[in-house]
Amino acid sequence: MTVAAAPSPVRHSARSWSGVPVLLAILAGLFLLHIAVGAKALPLGTVVDAFFAFDSKDFDHVIVFNLRLPRAVIAVVVGATLALAGALMQGVTRNPLADPALLGLTSGAAFAVVIATSVYGLATMALLPWIAMAGSLGAAAIVYIIARLVPGGATPLSMTLAGASVSAFLGAVISAIHLLNQETFENLRVWLTGSLAGRDVTMLYYVGPPMLVALLAGILLAPRVTVLAMGDDVAQGLGVRTGPLKAQLLAVVVVLTAGAVALAGPLGFIGLVIPHVVRLYVGSDYRWIVPYAALAGAAYLLGVDIIARVAIPPREISTGIITAMIGAPLFVHLVRRRTR
Amino acid sequence: MSRLEAVGIDAGYADAPILDAVDLLVPDGKVTVLVGPNGCGKSTLLKTLARILSPSRGQVLLEGKDIHALNTRAVASKLGLLPQGPVAPEGLTVRELVSQGRYPHQSLLRQWTRADEEAVEYAIETAGITQFADRSVDTLSGGQRQRCWVAMVLAQETRLILLDEPTTFLDLKVQVDLMDLFASLAHDRGHTLLIVLHELSLAAAYADYLVMMKDGKIVSAGEPNDIFTADRLKHVFDLDASVLRDPVSGRLVCVPVGARRRVLEAAQ
Repeated sequence: MTVAAAPSPVRHSARSWSGVPVLLAILAGLFLLHIAVGAKALPLGTVVDAFFAFDSKDFDHVIVFNLRLPRAVIAVVVGATLALAGALMQGVTRNPLADPALLGLTSGAAFAVVIATSVYGLATMALLPWIAMAGSLGAAAIVYIIARLVPGGATPLSMTLAGASVSAFLGAVISAIHLLNQETFENLRVWLTGSLAGRDVTMLYYVGPPMLVALLAGILLAPRVTVLAMGDDVAQGLGVRTGPLKAQLLAVVVVLTAGAVALAGPLGFIGLVIPHVVRLYVGSDYRWIVPYAALAGAAYLLGVDIIARVAIPPREISTGIITAMIGAPLFVHLVRRRTR
Repeated sequence: MSRLEAVGIDAGYADAPILDAVDLLVPDGKVTVLVGPNGCGKSTLLKTLARILSPSRGQVLLEGKDIHALNTRAVASKLGLLPQGPVAPEGLTVRELVSQGRYPHQSLLRQWTRADEEAVEYAIETAGITQFADRSVDTLSGGQRQRCWVAMVLAQETRLILLDEPTTFLDLKVQVDLMDLFASLAHDRGHTLLIVLHELSLAAAYADYLVMMKDGKIVSAGEPNDIFTADRLKHVFDLDASVLRDPVSGRLVCVPVGARRRVLEAAQ
């Protein structure tokens, strides 16, 4: 068949990587600010010096590297992964309300960790990510099975309702264990609200590599998510093997969610809100939504954690509380915007 | 010669067999229209021909090869499919939607090229949606939206195009415009179209080759002039209708007799 020969301006790439430098600059700024603020405020110059001219005798430089840098890195990793996981889930399930927390994956991971540590007295850090992964996969399976059993099948509505019920149920069980087992629970109390405070950096060594692989896989699979979001029949007609693709995406989402939970506890709203914010700027093609959501999620969690640390000095609020306090009204605003 | 062929296929969902030993040669470069009462298996046949469903017996041949021995992407570069009532993700622009049609031509290593861009422009122009190209699909009317989906399939650059009820829920004028577009794709641009339709008069007017199905079998196939008769409509659809020839277009139309008319006849 003949193809129109006239060359056309390449408008397709209008939505492109051009916003990446801007987001990276914002991310870098927040990263340095995040390290600078805290119980002992450091000038930004000192923070930059610590990176480029490290002096092991300078106490401030030691603070930057030993205390503050790990927390900032964890904020970046967790923010990026939760937002990316949320974006992928929204595409695959064709559900604007999909999110690791709303569909039960986060509470599944948290539940598994709580059971393992408080009931079985698990102390090995190395096993924790695996347990979290099993928990979130199990919760995802239960949510999907419940949604399938509902008349009409796994629609966005039945998935969301099943996810909310499973989350509520697992939350109740966690609370019950909490009441029966106060002592061991004290260690998990802060973690369960979703916190970046005093996180053990060794956990990052365990979960960092698989999370990085999953993050890259998510970005590479993103163009196919757009095709998948147009429905299974359309996707198959375009040459996508939908079954294997969904399995790969589920694996990516489970690894990312479990890793984020192992690092920072069950943080909500990031996976839900960030992809919607990103859509306002990059449109509805997941090719762009996914990478931009990762960058925006990282910046958002850094910003939120800065607020958590400086809002009521000298104490700090759990990051998870702030993400919910900012995320919930932001989400309501986005929903109102869409329906108008 | 036919690029797409069904040879003795049985197919269906799980344990509910729908197709019963169906043979069909889809003639090249023509508009083939599949009609039949609800539940007769016409959509199932279309999906089996498009490799969405697997036949439990028999074979679908694409250019002489068993379609199920080919991989999904290879099939997608030869055969385009527009399923029934597709829904675009909210906010997706027309150009983004049409660009998805290039998926089978891309891979991790082979990214967006000039050829892809040209195929998308060609598809947008051919489907007549240039003026909405940068709008979001969900702001368009039903007919305009359907043209966007047709453009997506055109961007796929396949000779074979399968469409499942592409005119359902649209105004008559919009249906006619779409059928004109399909006819021109076959007659002017050499595509082979296989279309499932509900509208009988539209099917008779536009089909080069008309296929009537009933209870999972093809009961009649041929040019509308030969097979679009009142007897066959009664047999296939259990419909009492008159088939007339429109003096202006020369096309056949069917006019349902309806229950009231029959009551009047009985009373006389």
